[in-house]
Amino acid sequence: MSIGHTLLGLLERGPRHGYELKRAYDERFGLERPLHYGQVYSTLARLLRNGLVTEAGSQPGSGPERKSYAITDAGITDVERWLTTPENPELYLQNTLYTKVVLALLSGRSAQDVLETQRSAHLKAMRTLTTRKLDGDLADTLICDHALFHLEADLRWLELTAARLDELASEVRP
Amino acid sequence: MTALLTATGLHKTFGPTDALTGASFQISAGEIVAVMGPSGSGKSTLLHCLAGIVRPDAGTVAYRDRDVFALSDAERTALRRTEFGFVFQFGQLVPELSCLENTALPLRLGGLRRRAAEAKAREAMERLGVADLAGKPPGEVSGGQGQRVALARALVTSPSVLFADEPTGALDSLNGERVMSLLVRTAREDGTAVVLVTHDVRVAAYSDREVGVRDGRTRQVAAA
Repeated sequence: MSIGHTLLGLLERGPRHGYELKRAYDERFGLERPLHYGQVYSTLARLLRNGLVTEAGSQPGSGPERKSYAITDAGITDVERWLTTPENPELYLQNTLYTKVVLALLSGRSAQDVLETQRSAHLKAMRTLTTRKLDGDLADTLICDHALFHLEADLRWLELTAARLDELASEVRP
Repeated sequence: MTALLTATGLHKTFGPTDALTGASFQISAGEIVAVMGPSGSGKSTLLHCLAGIVRPDAGTVAYRDRDVFALSDAERTALRRTEFGFVFQFGQLVPELSCLENTALPLRLGGLRRRAAEAKAREAMERLGVADLAGKPPGEVSGGQGQRVALARALVTSPSVLFADEPTGALDSLNGERVMSLLVRTAREDGTAVVLVTHDVRVAAYSDREVGVRDGRTRQVAAA
């Protein structure tokens, strides 16, 4: 995720201190991985250097946390461009699961066991996310939904591959 | 945990088809168990045997240590009406009755007077957020709302076991999710055991554990 663009997007609602930005980011986007202060200030320094933010005053006292930052017109254009440019869909063609299944077949191990063990691990992760959704707010729900749909896609692949194992085995071990 | 409902060595044949070929199952009070498997694997037949609807050719089903198929038909019907609740994928509401009357139906069949039954039904509908549909016939409510009414009806008797067969199968993602979260919340609050038949992993993720069914046989799936 582009931290720079996310901070710029947060600044569109008005000037903020580095600490406030970190808090806003962590609250909305950093559930699993909160930002380090170092990341916030190094990103702000870069945005400042590129003219995407400007200093909007500082409170008495020293230290970078006292400075307030505002987004510039160039910053707004930059966020706009980022928001309207589609992300490249990830294709996951270098898949570890596929490699494990083929290696199990090549080495005479049980590919079925590989698939089933993975399936249990995936379903367990889905249970954890589902519980978190039940106890969480809408932001939690949306974040967990995204992860759940990806896990579900993996699980569908695992199930289909289990159904195709005989076919795959005959290709791998002719 | 003590098992509430236990099935051992179930076999069932429909004509030339072996629907169950040695299925076993166990659920404790308050537990949510997903029964998963491909289409035609025997999931629904297993549910029907567990619920005392279909008599297996061999094997036993015990509810609180009582052999369900050793009961008389009348006793088994009473057991289903008082201890079990049911929610299916389609067509469970009676079109001629209002949503409130549908919800009150299991209580009325149990002999409760209309006023008392409808008061309890209204409470159940409130819990599931469909009280405003009370006067409407099922034909005038959406699929998601209808399913929540069906869930209210399934839970109105405070059953010990809820049997849910693809309860979100006919719903879109958002409505499916609403129904599942209400189902799970209500079951957890009441300590209801849920037998959840599904082929959808997102629905199965609401369960505590999974039992797999393939070619009429069950397989306990170990948690990772």
